[in-house]
Amino acid sequence: MTLPVTDLLAILPELIVAATACLVLALDPITPAPRKGWLAWLSLGALALCFGLTASQFDVRTMAFNDLVIIDPYASFWKLLLYAVSGLTILLSMAYLKEERIHLTEYYGFLLLALSGMMVMVSAADLLTIYLGTELMSLSLYVLAGFKRADGRSLEASAKYFVLGAFSSGILLYGISLLFGVAGSTRLSAIASAVSARGLDDPALLLAMILLVVGFGFKIAAVPFHMWTPDVYEGAPTSVTAFMAVAAKAASFGAFLRVFLEGLGGLKANWHVLFLVLCIATLALGNLVAIVQTNIKRMLAYSSIAHAGYALIGVVVAGRVTADSAVRSLGLSSVMLYLAIYALMTLGAFTVVALLRKGGLEGEAIEDFAGLAKRQPLAAFLMLVFMVSLAGIPPTAGFIGKFYLFLAAVKADLAWLAVLALLFAAVSAYYYLRVVMVMYMRDPHSSTGLAPHLIASPALTVVLACALAGVLVLGLYPDPLVSLAAQAVLALK
Amino acid sequence: MSDVSMNSSGFPWLTAVVFLPLVGALLLFFVKETAVRWAALGLTLAELALSFPLWIFFDPSTPRMQFAEQVAWITAPSINYSVGIDGISLPLVLLTTFLMPFCVLVSWTAIQTRVKSFLAALLLMETAMIGVFVALDFVLFYVFWEAMLIPMYLLIGVWGGPNRLYAAMKFFLYTLTGSVLLLVAILALFFHGGQTFDILLLSGVEYPSALQSWIFLAFFAAFAVKVPMFPFHTWLPDAHVEAPTAGSVILASVLLKMGTYGFLRFTLPMLPDATDTFTPAMIGLSLMAILYGAYMALAQTDLKKLIAYSSVSHMGSVTLGIFALNAQGIEGALMQMLNHGITTGALFLCVGILYERTHSRLLADNAGLAGPMPRYAAFLVIFSLSSLGLPGTNSFVGEFLVLAGTFMWSKPAAAAAALGIILAAAYLLWMVQRVAFGVPVAKTAPKLIDLNLREWATLTPLAFLVFWIGFFPNPVLAPMHASVNHLVEHLDQRHTAVARRGTSGTDGRWLTVNKTQRPASADSHLPPPTIGRTP
Repeated sequence: MTLPVTDLLAILPELIVAATACLVLALDPITPAPRKGWLAWLSLGALALCFGLTASQFDVRTMAFNDLVIIDPYASFWKLLLYAVSGLTILLSMAYLKEERIHLTEYYGFLLLALSGMMVMVSAADLLTIYLGTELMSLSLYVLAGFKRADGRSLEASAKYFVLGAFSSGILLYGISLLFGVAGSTRLSAIASAVSARGLDDPALLLAMILLVVGFGFKIAAVPFHMWTPDVYEGAPTSVTAFMAVAAKAASFGAFLRVFLEGLGGLKANWHVLFLVLCIATLALGNLVAIVQTNIKRMLAYSSIAHAGYALIGVVVAGRVTADSAVRSLGLSSVMLYLAIYALMTLGAFTVVALLRKGGLEGEAIEDFAGLAKRQPLAAFLMLVFMVSLAGIPPTAGFIGKFYLFLAAVKADLAWLAVLALLFAAVSAYYYLRVVMVMYMRDPHSSTGLAPHLIASPALTVVLACALAGVLVLGLYPDPLVSLAAQAVLALK
Repeated sequence: MSDVSMNSSGFPWLTAVVFLPLVGALLLFFVKETAVRWAALGLTLAELALSFPLWIFFDPSTPRMQFAEQVAWITAPSINYSVGIDGISLPLVLLTTFLMPFCVLVSWTAIQTRVKSFLAALLLMETAMIGVFVALDFVLFYVFWEAMLIPMYLLIGVWGGPNRLYAAMKFFLYTLTGSVLLLVAILALFFHGGQTFDILLLSGVEYPSALQSWIFLAFFAAFAVKVPMFPFHTWLPDAHVEAPTAGSVILASVLLKMGTYGFLRFTLPMLPDATDTFTPAMIGLSLMAILYGAYMALAQTDLKKLIAYSSVSHMGSVTLGIFALNAQGIEGALMQMLNHGITTGALFLCVGILYERTHSRLLADNAGLAGPMPRYAAFLVIFSLSSLGLPGTNSFVGEFLVLAGTFMWSKPAAAAAALGIILAAAYLLWMVQRVAFGVPVAKTAPKLIDLNLREWATLTPLAFLVFWIGFFPNPVLAPMHASVNHLVEHLDQRHTAVARRGTSGTDGRWLTVNKTQRPASADSHLPPPTIGRTP
């Protein structure tokens, strides 16, 4: 078998990212310690190159490798988001790793490997390709989660993530093999025709669908498959937490939306109900449990669970058979819009958390933020904006994201779901505003050097400026991103 | 659009009025710490000056939206930056711009920490509040409506009293919970009203009755919390007591009006059938608020709490006037919104001035001020008399109209509302008796120094307004007539339409107007009503 050059060209961005990852890993031993920062810049350069490539070919639609891989605007949208998020994560890591004294440049290699896995996921047209991407992403993230080797919590996070992740991958694989048994192929297109041929009541098909829902439920941290999230998010190095909460979630959504709409589109009526239940459970548990958290990383972990719940509203709309296809597309594009906005504000919030120091350690307790507004008004203001945006209050991007989701829900005659979700949004305002309250309305506890402060670094400034600009600009002028998402959705059947 | 006069002068007056404070808030951070108060005062005065042309060039003869501007904002779905004012929103915009300089003045020495941020939050509030009153696009309205929560939360929570954290969070969660339902209602209207967020277009659509009822309840959740109406008022006393004086003034004078403005702008024109259905309940809740608020005010020992409960009572009479659904009632309600803004704002300013001296808001600690502080006592008496609706003061005009309107709706309801006025006289005179003429307390007596020049400047214009509106209400009432009549006609026609549809099956919207409830005075000079706004 020979590999045609066109196939290789089609996955050029994936190749660049994977090759850079290998290069970073290979160069690491021979780079003198003071120059290891260069490897981060090398990674950033590769990301910029890929961003340019994908952006210039946004409208291209092509299949490669015997239809194992698909390049279309839908995949490109997710890839652009993933590049942006990864680039910001690398910038954040440069400052964070220095502060935490983690001097292992394999870090960037694994980050890029995880990214290439995610890219494979979102442009897969075959369940096995998706599985390959998922595993590449997950294995890299297991390692990254344990990167704070001296910290027991980090190791626990890594181990826990590995065990539960492997478990969920097993379930996913079981679902894939059942589908293979039914359809005789793992291609999404073949599965789609098998579904329409076999009818809706084939028990094997339904079981396979349920297993896929469970497997992807783990990856996007939907309740009741969220158990791993708080511990892993709390224990992992904060830069990795941010990456997991944002990029891994986006890639998993990207992959599973394609599977369920293109492969299992004929079973909409069935998975619609499953996702409706997951959506409500996720909204309820994520928002209610976040209230009682005292550690900000755990709080943000539950908040990220809750936000998966909001995004699932769009999935539910996309699977509603009674709605017409325009409404379903709106549901889908609002999921994509929401995850892009969620990525910006969550990354911003985690950046503030990662760089808040208290007596040389990371300030993780919400109480550690006490009085931040007095000492560092700018840092407090940034956190304020991110919290307000996460709570979905205008004129921030968080409001726009929710607005489109609820617009889709009301249009699909799911006004009750919108009401429910909005009431949970009001609940969420409580825990987000508690952070604001602690920053602005409490005095720092101690007068010693333990007062909280944000470490300063140019890379950090760039990350925060990007996140802030994104949250405010998209809040006031969302048109470009909205139309990009709408355009991307047209690519899906 | 037939009922919008586009801004002909070319200068975007409303946009300037809305965003000047926002720009000012940003500029404030570049001003030296010592000059920041003067800068904020200058900005609010400039804003006041900028809003005057709205009044001067306002054409009171038409109910159309004036100074209108429209720019596309978001394309899918179509959302516009669309603003304009009519006789209902103009007074509220002017009230807001008028009160802000006093909010700055009263905070001059009272706020000593993070002054810049405080003044910036005040200015952000101003932008959001004016934006709410001028927005003609529902999403734009919602953005301003919600954007106001954060600066207000900070005003109460950062610069408030000892229990400020609780009060700020309570304020925030109450109002947010109310307004999230508003968002769903807006989206539902969008799909049933022809895929538009244009408030005027949405007001011309006839919605199915069942839908109207649901949307009425969602609107009610948002607006009733803000007013606040009777069972949803519990956040108000907490927020008032803990907020700094300027925060209390903004809260009482402007924020509460946003709720009643919502009823006038959205509930009545868009949901006439549901309004009819729910009117008895709304009147009942209004009467409860009037009597319960007054009754609670009688029992208070804290001055701010007393005024807060009096606000609940007074806002009850505003909602009463609105749901009397006739021109007198609605004009009276609008007048009362203004009067309550002026009078209650002034009373909160008085309490703030006193608190700066004695650091206590308890009636018992602030007794017998007439001796050491005669001028202060004079102002307090003036504003208290205005608050209880003494003829010759501003509130008398509004209360009279509200009672007249209610009387036409139901005589027992008017009787009950009148009882509220008697109770108001009781708690306010009792308060004046104790504070102005009681026996001074030894521990606070030495701190009682009469008003200084800045405080004079704060209270005198408000006292002037109290009497000016009291004796010459027409300049204030005149701009309202056309818009209020238009609203009442709109309601009557929809009722006629429903009645006709029931009997003959034809659409009766173009048929004769039921004129029985319209005031004879305003009839003659009006142009034919501009209805038929169905897109």
